[in-house]
Amino acid sequence: MNRIAVIALNTFRETLRDKILYNLVVFGLLLIGSSILLSALTMGEQVKIITDLGLASINFFGVLIAIFVGIGLVSKEIEKRTIYSIIAKPVPRYQFLLGKYSGLVITLLVNVSIMAAGFFLTLLAGGAEFDLALLKAIGLIFVELLIITAVAVLFSSFTTPTLSATFTLAIYIIGHLTEDLRALAQKLHSTMTSAVLDGLYYLLPNLEYFNVKGQAVHRLPIEPLYLVSAVAYGVTYIAIILFLSCVIFQRRDFK
Amino acid sequence: MKPIRIVGLTKEFRLGLRRRLSVVVDGLDLEVEQGEIFGFIGPNGAGKTTTIKILLGLIYPTSGTAWVLDRPIGDVAVKNRVGFLPESPYFYEYLTGEEFLKFYGQLFGLRGDLLDKKIDEMLEMVKLSEARSLPLRKYSKGMLQRVGLAQALINDPDVVILDEPMSGLDPIGRRDVRDVILRLRDQGKTVFFSTHILPDVEMICDRIGILVKGRLQAVGTVSELVGTGAVTSVEIVVEGLAEAGLQEGARLAGAVVRRGHQVLFRLDDEHKVRDFLDAIGRHRGRLVSLVPHKRSLEDLFLKEVGAART
Repeated sequence: MNRIAVIALNTFRETLRDKILYNLVVFGLLLIGSSILLSALTMGEQVKIITDLGLASINFFGVLIAIFVGIGLVSKEIEKRTIYSIIAKPVPRYQFLLGKYSGLVITLLVNVSIMAAGFFLTLLAGGAEFDLALLKAIGLIFVELLIITAVAVLFSSFTTPTLSATFTLAIYIIGHLTEDLRALAQKLHSTMTSAVLDGLYYLLPNLEYFNVKGQAVHRLPIEPLYLVSAVAYGVTYIAIILFLSCVIFQRRDFK
Repeated sequence: MKPIRIVGLTKEFRLGLRRRLSVVVDGLDLEVEQGEIFGFIGPNGAGKTTTIKILLGLIYPTSGTAWVLDRPIGDVAVKNRVGFLPESPYFYEYLTGEEFLKFYGQLFGLRGDLLDKKIDEMLEMVKLSEARSLPLRKYSKGMLQRVGLAQALINDPDVVILDEPMSGLDPIGRRDVRDVILRLRDQGKTVFFSTHILPDVEMICDRIGILVKGRLQAVGTVSELVGTGAVTSVEIVVEGLAEAGLQEGARLAGAVVRRGHQVLFRLDDEHKVRDFLDAIGRHRGRLVSLVPHKRSLEDLFLKEVGAART
């Protein structure tokens, strides 16, 4: 087994033994369950409300895990000095970082899958039929989570847990507003400011790209081409961020 | 081939908001010989841990360089032949002792039966076979230190680097660690360890280096540094002496301490011992004990640290 896989599996085991994660899953399932109660109050629109709430809670809990566990994974290793004995083994630093990232990806995959399964069961119980668009929407949510995790790993490769959490949260929020940044840039007359805003638009991840929840809820088609280009954009963005993280991580001292 | 060779190693850190420059390791030159136990001693903050971290690629030197087993530091492959126990080790506390060793064994590419056998052997060596299924968070400090030793040795390394392996251990724990270190030397391995527990150093080290403020103050065998056999003072305890005897004893000895019926005399010249004993005999005093004191590593250590600080 290669070293990235060894570290990834150990990381996955760590998150499994961390009880916070179970709580999040349970909480997510509870929220989906409560949507059933809600739907009983509003006749007719049941399926729409369940879909809306379900997708939103999968997204929300996924983001929570990605940010907080993602940051904890690398900076906790440094803070608790567990990293010393690993870097002293024949493990190149980039393999350590990619192993940690992969471990969290497995955790997210398992979590999102459990939440999705609960969500689909809820829908089926509510009398709705299976819709492929929902799976596409969840798939894109997952890609968004992978980007956020990569950003969390990037920040925690050089700064403290608190700052990493703040920065990652900020990027998550701004990432959903990048279209607005661009619109603002076009309206401004100052070329300097609009250049900066334009720069930010290209630099920050456009997370709204991965939000097709609206289409899924209203049963609008999601084109395959859109899906492919969104995934390609996500994967490229992740690769660049992880490469940067590895470069920074390679240079730092573990005092 | 030298297991460890350090040339002109310097590490500077910028500390605090003002980015004040602090030199932690200052032009260090050091060579460790094949098959020896080398004790790296120095007060807290002397730069011992920083030096060790540089050797293992955890920290990059500001200038100078070092080789481990003839490979430049930063060579990841050489770590296959190095074992390392960090200072007050922190490990994944959610793993059991067995899972913990399995994880580290896998990082060395060990697997299957070979890995299982190695894990059994290591647990046996550090006397943790019975605690193998217990999570590390339930281990005592001594047990953690021992399982830490086990992970450092699971790859059967040629060079073993231990950072403060005896700190925080009770006398039994310290003896266990000493035994493991001696056994490693018997197997032909080179052991480099830092400590400030001097009796352990005197007991097991072939050579020592004293580091103060990032500089090597002295290096050599214990007897080279401390000297062999030179008695610096003699302590004699006597009882049943009358006042006249006391006065004569005090005249010969430098220092006198009364403890109930007994009196302790400290002679700073061993050649006075015969005269002193004759005098005690004349005054019908009874000899309780006579202890010659040699110059100890502790004296040397305090002297070197004191000299470097002034």
